Amino acid sequence: MSSLTSNDARFVEPEGARNYITHDYGALSWLLTKDHKRIAILYLISITALFMLGGFFAVVMRIELLTPEGDLLTSDTYNKFFTLHGIVMIFFFLIPSIPAVLGNFLLPLMLGAKDLAFPKINLLSWYLYIIAAVMGLYIIITGGVDTGWTFYTPFSTQYSNTHVFGVTFAAFIVGFSSILTGLNFLVTIHRMRAPGLTWFRLPLFVWAMYATSIVQLLATPVLAITLVMLMFERVVHVGIFDPALGGDPLLFQHMFWFYSHPAVYIMILPAMGVASEVVAAFTRKKIFGYSFVAYSSLAIAFLGFLVWAHHMFVAGISVYSAMIFSFLSYFVAVPSAIKVFNWTATLYRGSVALLTPMLYILGFIGLFTIGGVTGLFLAAIGLDVHVTDTYFVVAHFHYIMVGGAVMAYMAGLHYWWPKITGRMYPEWWARLAALLIFAGFNLTFFPQFILGYLGMPRRYHAYAPEFQVLNVMSTAGASVLAVGYALPLCYLIWSLWYGRPAGPNPWGAVGLEWTTSSPPPMENFHETPVVTWDAYDYPAMLKAMGETQNV
Amino acid sequence: MPLWIYFAVFAALTAGTLLTWWVSTIDLGMLNTPIALFIATTKAVLVILFFMHVIHSPRLTWVVIIASFLWLGVLFVLTFADYLTRTWKIY
Ligand SMILES: [Cu+2]
Repeated sequence: MSSLTSNDARFVEPEGARNYITHDYGALSWLLTKDHKRIAILYLISITALFMLGGFFAVVMRIELLTPEGDLLTSDTYNKFFTLHGIVMIFFFLIPSIPAVLGNFLLPLMLGAKDLAFPKINLLSWYLYIIAAVMGLYIIITGGVDTGWTFYTPFSTQYSNTHVFGVTFAAFIVGFSSILTGLNFLVTIHRMRAPGLTWFRLPLFVWAMYATSIVQLLATPVLAITLVMLMFERVVHVGIFDPALGGDPLLFQHMFWFYSHPAVYIMILPAMGVASEVVAAFTRKKIFGYSFVAYSSLAIAFLGFLVWAHHMFVAGISVYSAMIFSFLSYFVAVPSAIKVFNWTATLYRGSVALLTPMLYILGFIGLFTIGGVTGLFLAAIGLDVHVTDTYFVVAHFHYIMVGGAVMAYMAGLHYWWPKITGRMYPEWWARLAALLIFAGFNLTFFPQFILGYLGMPRRYHAYAPEFQVLNVMSTAGASVLAVGYALPLCYLIWSLWYGRPAGPNPWGAVGLEWTTSSPPPMENFHETPVVTWDAYDYPAMLKAMGETQNV
Repeated sequence: MPLWIYFAVFAALTAGTLLTWWVSTIDLGMLNTPIALFIATTKAVLVILFFMHVIHSPRLTWVVIIASFLWLGVLFVLTFADYLTRTWKIY
């Protein structure tokens, strides 16, 4: 048989050859690298550090909420803690997580390219991220900020006497890191696909990254402008948001959420991309309705821009516009539901292998669905009036961002860990961690739905005594979750030295990234691959394997 | 592009700036803001077309620019859906 199949071994390096990790040595070879794989590793280390920082704030808050009295933190410190938890987790962990780590590493591999279109800009993105992170750390050490991650005016412009200017400036800079990543990915997907790799042969992860990049490119500049106006008003007192000077505080919310609602899709679209890859690989099937899943990414990216004022229903916007935004918000549910149904249909009669990445993705599908459906509750104006600024909202967005985005990030990290490092992680420990994370997550956040529905407001360090039982459950869940997140940190580092060598394709998955050695060589492929097959052609692969066995 | 075009555009931009200043000295009532915005938009279009070389760019560049303005339009239209209807009393 002379035709090339997707699990052809001809791109694989001989054993012991140099890969991207052993290609060069020394700190400078990493800090000045233009290689997308090494930059992905730099991001991996940085966002892990910031994830632990954000997690620290969360843990202290949960300990404070163990008792109804505000006994561990003063209200001022608590305000700073939930602000910093939000800023660190959103701007410094979730936004860069899947795109900057997995996307950076995998996009050129999946496209059969040597690197991204602009390797130097890629490195610049990481440096912008680091500059912003260092500014953020400096601000945390010197007193923090207490506006909430949303920086609402007029509190942020007139009343708060914490480091609002510095932290908004840091968010401004990290925004450019995100814009440049998006730009880089868009150009790469348009210009660097291997011969034969047409748009409808692309893995769905690439479609998801494409949709994400559009959102990054079109939404983030609006955040940048908004934050500049905020800094300007705070320092020079021009009347943009201050009604006394002819401004309007709600203008800030409009512009902030014009970025920040789509920002949720910067986190969740890549997660959906990971889900598609993992579901296909561990069911040995083509994704059901490939083109629907691909187009629904673009539909989510577009519709995500039309719904932002559902965050402002009680803020004083007109009732007419509230009705429009409520109506439009329901539309976003359609493409998201299409994806969920298609993954489920793919599972149907597949040979499902319950390995760690698949466990995470099954968790992702369930938790994302709960998060999405409760989002519909919140999009209904009448119910939203009841639960605005309660723990119901907190529970809802954690189901999307942690139950959705972080679960998928963990799935992707495990699924591609053998490719990134050349080593297998220990399966038993990994499954244990996945189960702990799933259980801990639900124990932490499900009680918060009830708390919110009963009327417990968010963002206070003390609460009415009748809410204590559910809060104790939530804190207990958070401890389980913390152990669940600490485990992968330990065994993944352990696996770097002691993990079983993975070989090029440990999962028997299709996709160009699995045709090169693990870890891949510096130039990714020794000869440019020519693609003659569709994405997820597992049926053909299984058939080919059957034929060899019969011979 | 020939050099004279750059100078012509520069002259037009300068004229626009002077015009904005001159118009601001006359009170046109309702029309004050629309006229100032009209002049500013014309200047922005000149910059995009000539200084940013868009007039001679491939179609994909046009798609990107038009899409960006559509998105800006979304921001404006839906924000005004709030501002222009705040005084409505009967729903
Ligand atoms: Cu939203």
